Amino acid sequence: MVKQEVYRSLGLKDEEYQKILEILKRKPSPTELAMFSVEWSEHCGYLRSRKWLRLLPKTGKYKTLIGEDSGGIIIDDLAIIFKMESHNHPSQVEPKQGAATGVGGIIRDIFTAGARPIALLDSLRFGPLSQAYNKYLFTGVIDGIQFYGNCVGVPTVGGEIYFDESYTGNCLVNAMCIGIAKKDKLVRARANGLGNPIMYVGSSTGRDGIGGCSILASHEFKEGEEKRPTVQIGDPFTEKCLIEATLEAINTRYVVGIKDMGAAGLTCCTSEMASAGNSGMDIELQAVPRREENMQPWELMMSESQERMLICVKKGKEEQIKKIFLKWDLNASIIGEVTNDGLVTIRDDGKIVAQIKAHSLTQAPIYDMPYRKPRYLRELNKLELSKIPEPKDYNKVLLKLLKAPSITNKAWGYEQYDHMVQTNTIVLPGSDAAVLRLKGTSRAIAATTDCNSRYCFLNPYRGAQIAVAEAARNLVCSGAHPAAVTDCLNFGNPEKPESFWQFKNCVEGIADACRSFNIAVVSGNVSFYNESPKSAINPTPTIGMIGIINDINKACAQNFQQEDDAIILLGYCRQDLGASEYLKEIHNIMKGNVPQLDLRLEQAIQKAAIKAIERGLVNSAHDCSEGGLAVALTESCVSNKYNMIGANVNNLNYDMRADALLFGESQSRIILSCSKDSVEKIRKIALEFKAPFRVIGKTGGRVLRILEAKEELIYLPLEDLFEEWSGSLNKELEG
Amino acid sequence: MRFGVVVFPGSNCDQDCFYVVNDVLKQPVRYIWHKDTKLDNFDCIILPGGFSYGDYLRTGAIARFSPIMNSIIDFAQKGGIVIGICNGFQILLESGLLPGAMLRNTTLHFICKYVYIKTENTKTPFTNLCKKNQILKIPIAHNEGNYYTDEAGLKNLDKNRQIAFHYCSADGEVNKEHNPNGALANIAGIINKQGNVLGMMPHPERSSEKELGSEDGLLIFKSIIKWIGNKS
Repeated sequence: MVKQEVYRSLGLKDEEYQKILEILKRKPSPTELAMFSVEWSEHCGYLRSRKWLRLLPKTGKYKTLIGEDSGGIIIDDLAIIFKMESHNHPSQVEPKQGAATGVGGIIRDIFTAGARPIALLDSLRFGPLSQAYNKYLFTGVIDGIQFYGNCVGVPTVGGEIYFDESYTGNCLVNAMCIGIAKKDKLVRARANGLGNPIMYVGSSTGRDGIGGCSILASHEFKEGEEKRPTVQIGDPFTEKCLIEATLEAINTRYVVGIKDMGAAGLTCCTSEMASAGNSGMDIELQAVPRREENMQPWELMMSESQERMLICVKKGKEEQIKKIFLKWDLNASIIGEVTNDGLVTIRDDGKIVAQIKAHSLTQAPIYDMPYRKPRYLRELNKLELSKIPEPKDYNKVLLKLLKAPSITNKAWGYEQYDHMVQTNTIVLPGSDAAVLRLKGTSRAIAATTDCNSRYCFLNPYRGAQIAVAEAARNLVCSGAHPAAVTDCLNFGNPEKPESFWQFKNCVEGIADACRSFNIAVVSGNVSFYNESPKSAINPTPTIGMIGIINDINKACAQNFQQEDDAIILLGYCRQDLGASEYLKEIHNIMKGNVPQLDLRLEQAIQKAAIKAIERGLVNSAHDCSEGGLAVALTESCVSNKYNMIGANVNNLNYDMRADALLFGESQSRIILSCSKDSVEKIRKIALEFKAPFRVIGKTGGRVLRILEAKEELIYLPLEDLFEEWSGSLNKELEG
Repeated sequence: MRFGVVVFPGSNCDQDCFYVVNDVLKQPVRYIWHKDTKLDNFDCIILPGGFSYGDYLRTGAIARFSPIMNSIIDFAQKGGIVIGICNGFQILLESGLLPGAMLRNTTLHFICKYVYIKTENTKTPFTNLCKKNQILKIPIAHNEGNYYTDEAGLKNLDKNRQIAFHYCSADGEVNKEHNPNGALANIAGIINKQGNVLGMMPHPERSSEKELGSEDGLLIFKSIIKWIGNKS
């Protein structure tokens, strides 16, 4: 009998071990036990989430394509493949390499589908920078992203950075990659065709990352644990060579299937490729290139060494494929072949060390987890506005908000990323969405990531819906039609019913919102156990969304373009102060309910905005989000430092508290600017979609001025606004 | 007129350079694999940006030993036009085709952003279409762009009019505030004494189309085409 502490130390539960005995009808060998432990880890097996993930729509208004490791949409003859994935725990343990290998892993998921990676985005969340370790994590993660992304030659074009106490002890690093391919050049991650050789390509195998997915990713952090050896080390140079060699190899059409050896390494590739291809695989471990001596079979099967892939090659063409990899000075070694017995057979010098049905490895048990609404929410959702004093000096409040780490400009980070390589980036980082042209077409794609996790904490269902709605709104502001979603679902320990309730509600929120926009969730990832000894993270279902801009010349940015333009608000301001950045930063209150969201209103303003943009009537478009109207207006004024343009906003006329008007975070609002002779045309378009429309002021001058009922609430020179908004992160980090 | 774009393992601006020459300028262009040894029939060689050999050891230090480099040194010594951009500039320094060395940016960070550079010498194959002191808006993207040479070296560069570009403000002021990486004397690009080899840190291939935000980089490629056209 295998000792309890052995399988438990591998992360397996008693009942899972019993199930393995039932499947094998004998006790597992050490290698087999290792293989089950990684494939049945939460990270690889989705044991606790799978039931709920089925709710997410797989089809939408654009034709979708769902592969084993990524998904995408088809536009004309192009496939746009994308996916977002978490690398939270490795980054918390070793920020630079954790983030770097997160980037490397997500890029491999894209080019193994046959698509050339054209863009990266990162959604990053940390505890407050006032704590030294958080600062170390933040700078380390940015360093890891630039280290890997810049070298590998894929531009990092966007993303988001948030700070919240709940991430102290468990930061989040979610990396998203987008790739494009001619649709007939795509390949799947499967092995079939009896006798087809299985080729190992890329870096050699070492002991790094053993247990990364099972021990590190599928458990919460405990005090003082040493988990650094489970973090992988990245080599972006090898990855760059792998990208070129792999795409060249796929272009020969002799690649039957290919898969990245990411989490769970060789175990994952062999079992999942065989399972997806309804075949088997016979592997000889002695043929695996290695960089360390005396590696045991179980170590080889569990290693998460980076920049390695497994390819199923058409029989007889192996030399041709091998030549391509050798040209790029990469390993290429035939380590086995496809069988038709449905078994993954692993040999060491001929001797069988593991033999398991591929399906039994990939069909991890599904758990129906109990869930319960947390009791604390009832208290937290209450907010008595009358007890919150209204500030006297709104200028001071605005300047303070612009400095808030979650609002302030993130150029300190994105200027360290090469965001221009490949020469497709036509809207640079810092706007609502990044825009990338598709060379050889008149189209472009827009991409964004979004999630307000404070909303999701206070109201998971609506918070997740808002994440979808806001991502779509960001894309619309750039002139794009929202097209499809990838989601990266970051939550606490799913074995705690209150935590699981957050997960379930967020998934339902995403599913319902995506259905209402008629867009599919084509790929994604679940990361549970994001807990430090103190607490769980805020539920963070990061939404990565891409959209299609039909005419590249109509792409739109958030900054005002010229003086004397009309400023239009599509949507309403409500007295929505609950869960706002304003309450948090100015009053230190993290309470209330999240802003209302009416998906029909949301559709109306989005449809009106996109139509106006596509007609060429709009000069700038910006979504109102954290910090509300005042922050959004500031950003439109100052986000192009070479062409800052002021604004005079004097026609708001809402009957509500001034702080709610300026800083409330009502959803479904877009600020447009247009030349005066376009105003009536836009008004008509708004009417057509029943989108609330109001001209609230005009651009011009060197000051942002906001009047309400003749009272001047805000009067600030652009230089002061720019200084606070652009300089605070730099000051914080560089001193 | 034929361009060649050298591909080292780890080059990542090779395809961007190829695109500008082939698709924007409609000029014949071919990739040259770094393990090749012959350069047949080229008029201009582009050493593109990227991270050749992962920038391991030192930027450009390994690429300089790629088999193709001997032929490029030959080509340059016979007067062939060579332009090294970013990592290509670093390789030119390492191979001795240009004087000086590259240090890490004084910010100790990778920097990717648009900068302005001032054209200091318009009588070169690379700048003959620029107006005197013309200011170009071209992005940089590097970690090691802090150009350095010793005092005598700098004097020589000045004396021989080898400084092609200085980093400057939008109105052409050359000062510390507009020096993004700490480069000696704001140097953004230099030529060799003979004037047929240019190394520059900013990326003209990233600013050769209006939709990317600047077309100023085109002036450099078009200057090369004009120069070679006049010569033949």
